[in-house]
Amino acid sequence: MSTSLPRFAGYGLGLRRDHYRDFLETNVSVDFVEVISENFMVEGGQPRHILRQVRERHPVALHGVSMSIGSADGLKPEYLRKLKSLADEIEPLFVSDHLSWSRIDHFNSHDLLPVPYTEEALNIVCANISQAQDILGRALLFENPSSYIAFGDSVMTEWEFLDAMSKRTGCGLLLDVNNIYVSATNHGFDAQAYLRGIPADRVRQIHLAGHTQGEELLIDTHDMPVRDDVWALYAQAIALTGPVATMIERDGNIPPLTDLLDELAIARRIGDNHARTRRAVAA
Amino acid sequence: MNLAEMQRDFQSWLVAASSDAASRLSIGSSAGLNVYQNNYRVQLIDCLEASYPNVRTWLGEESFLAAAVAHIDRHPPHAWTLDAYGDNFDDTLALPYPDNPDVHELARIEFALARAFVAPDGDVLTPEALAHVDWDTARLRLVPSLEILSATTNAADIWSALQQNDALPESEMLAEPAGVIVWRQQFTVYLNTVDLLEYAALLQLQTNGSFAGLCDILVERLGEEEGIAKAGALLMNWISKEWLVAAAA
Repeated sequence: MSTSLPRFAGYGLGLRRDHYRDFLETNVSVDFVEVISENFMVEGGQPRHILRQVRERHPVALHGVSMSIGSADGLKPEYLRKLKSLADEIEPLFVSDHLSWSRIDHFNSHDLLPVPYTEEALNIVCANISQAQDILGRALLFENPSSYIAFGDSVMTEWEFLDAMSKRTGCGLLLDVNNIYVSATNHGFDAQAYLRGIPADRVRQIHLAGHTQGEELLIDTHDMPVRDDVWALYAQAIALTGPVATMIERDGNIPPLTDLLDELAIARRIGDNHARTRRAVAA
Repeated sequence: MNLAEMQRDFQSWLVAASSDAASRLSIGSSAGLNVYQNNYRVQLIDCLEASYPNVRTWLGEESFLAAAVAHIDRHPPHAWTLDAYGDNFDDTLALPYPDNPDVHELARIEFALARAFVAPDGDVLTPEALAHVDWDTARLRLVPSLEILSATTNAADIWSALQQNDALPESEMLAEPAGVIVWRQQFTVYLNTVDLLEYAALLQLQTNGSFAGLCDILVERLGEEEGIAKAGALLMNWISKEWLVAAAA
């Protein structure tokens, strides 16, 4: 299994149903789109047809929510076979999922639940990632989660866990900057220390999204524009990673596509500023 | 506590709000656990609302929510896809509505339509292909999206009226039992009510695919001449509606 991870430095959006028509009938100014893998892991009908048409116009990243690499009882071969079938057809830029678990035994929560950062969990997660990468025949990306609890059993930080995980398995990272902000606020850790602690050379994609203040905690809702603090953290992140595929992830209160393209333009500006700074330093 | 034990306790917290399980998770404040439980339940309610929009309108917001909560308590999700979660919701609806077969049938129709939307594609049998069929040995197959549902009420009419925002009919029992056929043509899903004879004929075809066997049933019910004529008429109707895939002799 190849663990080489292509680099792609562009700006994209998540493809959502409200915008299918825009993407099929107009030239949307994005460098790639990301789709939720499970929405297209179907036997037939319109969803797969739409994805094929979008794929003719744009590079596509597959982003899953159900692999459940943190499951103590392993992965579901049926799920991996369906994902491989989709990936083989779509030839995506990246295939990604989350550092989380959703399923145990015959229960599937359909939520991205947190993993304790223990040696046992690291061994299980790495074994699951290796199995998934073997079956899919490619290196995968895994996203740092937003979380609302911290386990007393944890013996390492999340960034130390991600670093060890990517070194052991060769997987790449999908860095969700909003998730870092949300978790740092909820658990009181230093977001800059997080950025310095992750293996920047393994980051291949960045997510940007909005969050909401809950009663006691920040909630990763993806239903608001990206907040200023998250933009600032994004600028710090790309200073470490260099240019990587960056996208806005919006799942609720979906605005007109033009609003999301305006938000994406902010990411481009930050990326361009960073590139100019790098060139100036190199000159 | 190892990872598997933690995950089973987490499951107990999400499904049954077990305070014992929550206390074993070693996470300090319970605020975060409440966020996960809220996310879990809201997502499943959203899923049922998306799967059953017309049942929701038919029952009303409050009654539908109560049924959804009962379903979540009775049926924790098990499949990797949320598309499957609405399965068996008709059974849950039978508890608060034991004497409302219209509600049960409306739910079955709505979920069958959702399944048909993403069912496998199939090569449709065309009239031109019939010229090469040996009718004595022909076996016919229904398209993968097609589902045959039994009907005792006018739930199909109710669903159509709800879908098109037309004036809603009163729910009523049919004069005699019938069938509702759900299927997809290209990317659009349809439903069609059929009488008891056509319902039986389709079930026979689904069971063994033999055109000769289909003719036998119709001849037994209608007599030789009328039975054969009916088989031909049904066949042409089914082909025009794209209910059949290419026949294999």
